[in-house]
This record gives sequence, C-alpha cells and structure tokens, in this order.
Amino acid sequence: MRGLWQAFAKNRLAVIGGLVVAALAVLAVLAPVLAPWDPHRPDVRKILEPPSARHLLGTDQLGRDVLSRMLYGARVSLAVGFVSVGIAAAIGIMLGSMAGYNGGFVDATVMRLVDLMLVFPRFFLLLAVLAFLSPSIWTIMVVIGLTGWMGVTRLVRAEFLSLKEREFVLWSQSVGATGFRVIWRHILPNAMAPVLVAMTLGIPAAILTESGLSFLGLGVQPPFATWGNILNEGKDTIEIAWWLSVYPGVAILVTVLSYNLMGEGIRDALDPRLRRGAGRFVARGR
Amino acid sequence: MLAYALRRLLLAMPLLLGITFVSFAVIHLAPGDPVELQTGDMSMQQSAQAYQELRKLYGLDQPLHVQYWNWLTRIVRLDFGRSFAPDGRPVLNKIAERLPITLMLNLVEMIIILVLAVPIGILSATRQYSLFDKVTTVFVFVGFATPDFWLALLLMILFGVQLDWLPVSGLRSLNWEYLSFWGRQWDFLSHLALPILVATFGGLAGFSRYMRQSMLEAIRQDYIQSARAKGLAERVVIGKHALRNAMLPIVTVLGLSLPGLIGGSVIVESIFAIPGMGQLMVQSVFQRDYPVIMGNLVIVSVLTLLANLAADLSYGLVDPRIRLAGRRGRR
Repeated sequence: MRGLWQAFAKNRLAVIGGLVVAALAVLAVLAPVLAPWDPHRPDVRKILEPPSARHLLGTDQLGRDVLSRMLYGARVSLAVGFVSVGIAAAIGIMLGSMAGYNGGFVDATVMRLVDLMLVFPRFFLLLAVLAFLSPSIWTIMVVIGLTGWMGVTRLVRAEFLSLKEREFVLWSQSVGATGFRVIWRHILPNAMAPVLVAMTLGIPAAILTESGLSFLGLGVQPPFATWGNILNEGKDTIEIAWWLSVYPGVAILVTVLSYNLMGEGIRDALDPRLRRGAGRFVARGR
Repeated sequence: MLAYALRRLLLAMPLLLGITFVSFAVIHLAPGDPVELQTGDMSMQQSAQAYQELRKLYGLDQPLHVQYWNWLTRIVRLDFGRSFAPDGRPVLNKIAERLPITLMLNLVEMIIILVLAVPIGILSATRQYSLFDKVTTVFVFVGFATPDFWLALLLMILFGVQLDWLPVSGLRSLNWEYLSFWGRQWDFLSHLALPILVATFGGLAGFSRYMRQSMLEAIRQDYIQSARAKGLAERVVIGKHALRNAMLPIVTVLGLSLPGLIGGSVIVESIFAIPGMGQLMVQSVFQRDYPVIMGNLVIVSVLTLLANLAADLSYGLVDPRIRLAGRRGRR
C-alpha cells in the first residue's frame, strides 16, 4: 500500500488531478453554504449581467446567478457520475465474475451480450430509451449505468480467468467452499484493482455523457441546474452573453481532465510495468 | 480467408438478432403502457390517433412473443411504419434521405483521424519524452476532456460570430441556387469545416494515443533489433517493420470506436443543424415520434455491426495469424 502511494505521489499531474477532484467534491457538498445567491430565483432586473463583483460569473437569461447555478450543477454532475458508475460496476462485477468463474456456456452468453451492447452507438440507444422515460436525474443515472457496464464486465472476466487457476482458489475449492464464497471472498478482492481504475475513469465519461444529454435538452431538466443545461440555455444568447457558454464548459473540462489524470495515475501506480509508461487510451463517454 | 469471413459472418448473425431484441425491449421500458404515458402533451385527438397507431404497429395488445415476432417480421422487410409527424411519411424514406449525409461525415472524419493520428503516433513513439511527445500528450488529455458540444460552441463564437469566416449551420447557404459550380463546392466545404473539426477532435486524441502505444510496443520487439542489426536504414525499420505490426491493433480499435464516432453525430449534427440521422434522432425524441426513433436505432446499430464486420475482415486480411488461428484450434 505504501509503495502504491509513493508511486502515485511521484506522478505530479496525477496528484494535482486528485486534489482538484477532492476540491470539487467539497465544493459540491458545500454548495448550499458557498453559493452566494439562490440558484433558482429569477430576477428580471438583472438579466444577462456580465461577470462583476456582485455576480462573479454573471447572470443568465432569467437573472439567476451563474456561479451559484454552477455550484449546484457540480452536485448533479458528480452524483450522476458516481451513481451511474456504481450501477455499471455492480452489473459488470456480477456478470464478469459469473462469466469468468463458470466459463463455458455462461461465459459465451455473457460475452455475446457484451458484444451486442457494444454494437449500439451509445447516444442513439440513450436517446431511444429516454424517449420512452421522462428524463430526470434518476433516469439519467440509471440509463447511463445500464449502458456502460461492458468494460467492467470484460475486465472482471479477464481477471477471473487468470485468478481461478491460482493455488489459493484451488485450495478453497478443494476444502469445499461454495462457488459464491470462492468468488466473493477469494477471487473478487484480488480482481478489484483494475475495476477501481476503470471506475475512476468511468466517472468522467459519465459526466461527459450527462452533460451532453443535458446540453441537448434531453438530460436533467430545468429548473435543476447542471453544467450541460446551463450551456444549453446559454447557446441562444451566445452572441451577447459569452460567460454562459464559457464557464460551464471550463468546469466540465477541468473535472474530466482531473479525473482522467488521477485515474491514469492510480493505474500506473498499480501496474509497475506501465509505470512511467504510455498508458492506454481512455474510453470516451459515448 | 473465405472460411474466416464466413465464420465472422456467422458470429454476426446472433448480434443482428440481438439488436432487434434490445430495440424491442426498449419499447417496453416505459412503466405501464408505453403509449398512454407519453402522449400526455399532445392534444386529445392526436394522442388517441398516436395510441391507435402504436397499438397497431407493435400489436401491444398481444402476448409478448407474438409482439416480438410481428415486430421482427416487419423490420426484416425494413417496414418501420409511418412517422407520427404531420407529414406521416414512411420511416424508411425519412431515414434514407438522411443516411448518406451521416455516412459521408463519418467516413470523412475517420479518414482525417487516421491520416493525422498515424504520423502523430509514430513521431511521439520514436521520439518518446521529446517536446513533440509532451505537447501531443497534453493535447490528448485535453482532447479527451473537452466536451464536443462545448468545443462546437466556442468555435461558433470564434469563427462564426467574431471572425465571421465560416457558416455555422446547415449544409448550404441561402443563396446556394445562385452560386457557380465551384462556388457551390466551396460553400458546401465551408459548411462542413466546423462540424468535421469538432467531430475529429476527440477521436484524433484517442487514436494518436493508441498509435503511440502500439508503436512503442512494436519497436521494443526482437525483430526490430534484428532489423537494425542487419544494417537496415532507420527509416525502413520504423516505416516498414515496426509500422506494419503497430497498425494491426489500430484496425481493432477502429472497429471498436465506430459506435462512438457514429454516436457523436447526434451532438455535432444537432448543433450545426446538419440534416443527418443524428439530428433526426434528436428531433424525433422531442416529438416523441416513436416509429422514427425505433427505426433509427435499428438501422444505426445494424450499420455499426456491418462496419465492425468490415473492420474484422480487413483485420484478417492484413494479419495471417488471425485468419489461421481459428482453423488450427478447431482441428
């Protein structure tokens, strides 16, 4: 563990990414305390005011404070990121361990299912599903989770395939442990490292997807503020109010960048072969 | 090669069936009756009409397996029903007139991405940790983290509004009718510039990163050592021996990233008002035009499957190990 931390700490960019991620979490949690204005209260006397001392990031077309809306938006983005990745990881771990442990028909079925889900262009599938459900924070989380478990499934399966031949697994099987116990107590803990990395890198991907959907107007609905729907509302006034179109995008960029840097740092620290190495490529949101 | 192609084709069949199954499942996602729930914002008459239409189209009053069978036999004949929009045209016609635009855009994007990413990847791999490598690494991370819709907005502010160099919506100017032949070509290209720039940005980051990785692995192999040892010029060692092997994984990545690229059309087409499949999808979701949504989903996925298949086949074509592996295994 100590060696891990040292390896991670040596990677300056990853540490900076980690710090930004932590700071964002604090900002999101403390949004009700930190927000200088009520994010939902319109004020017709202050429509589209440029950034000033009173409104640091300006106001929107209803006179609402952009900074406050962005702080509240951070809560939505992070919540969507965490919950949808949690859902995806739960499904992925379940299917992946079933496939890897049992092999044979189960494995073939699960892997075909993964192949199948990977054929769908994700945004088309997401939109089709959202057309039938009414979009809300919860549906967005669930839908992003349900369409994003394939990577984790493959990872877990691969780990299981190599781990299940190891002595400690064979031993526990030979003393009569049930399949569930072998999976849960012996194999899974040893397979979690790459899953955690995949989850860290999955959060920014989910945030990008959510903001994309919200930007199209099919994600989280107003009056809830998210970075994506502030951008959506801002695009109509893009010629006169640049601040509505610039700041939320910067927030998304910085958040996603930080998570990616942190995630790659964790992976490099976990995998000595890759340390200082090139890194694999990060899956994009859609 | 023929055996390999047939095997891939056979493997694709269950996926094809799976696409229809998942799409069918999507219709039944809505709690309760999928139709009643979502027609609330239409007028009474419209809603009743849409309800009847959907019932008929999907046979919603019948048992599930009958519904699925009906749906399957219909889409095998490419019959997706009629659009709910006032024009009431067949879904297939609506999709057919938009498909070429999306295909063209994605093809151009892919070519641009490959043409740029391969040399970038080679250069950063052969000059690892050089200034060029560091700059591209920064570009890769920023490219990954930049939301494409935001990049599109910024470029629209810059090139469309501030500088007024490029048009920001549609594929043709209003005065297209009056332009000369070359004027039309130029008009078309200038409309495509920003959308293609936006769509290639993220993909370029991914591919150049992957190419670098693949190249780094290739130049560490023993056969590169021996190629150098026998006195070949560095240009030949890299450009021929290493590159050929480094390109192989790229073909796989290409296949895997196709759904992502095509999915990206949704955002790019709706921002730049390009009349393709992506824009049609977003419009029909807003109008709750279910037959168009389902038709779109099935067609786009089947096309992605076919493109994947093509990538697989070309992989077999360039790498004899792949094409022969299965055969030896069977025996």
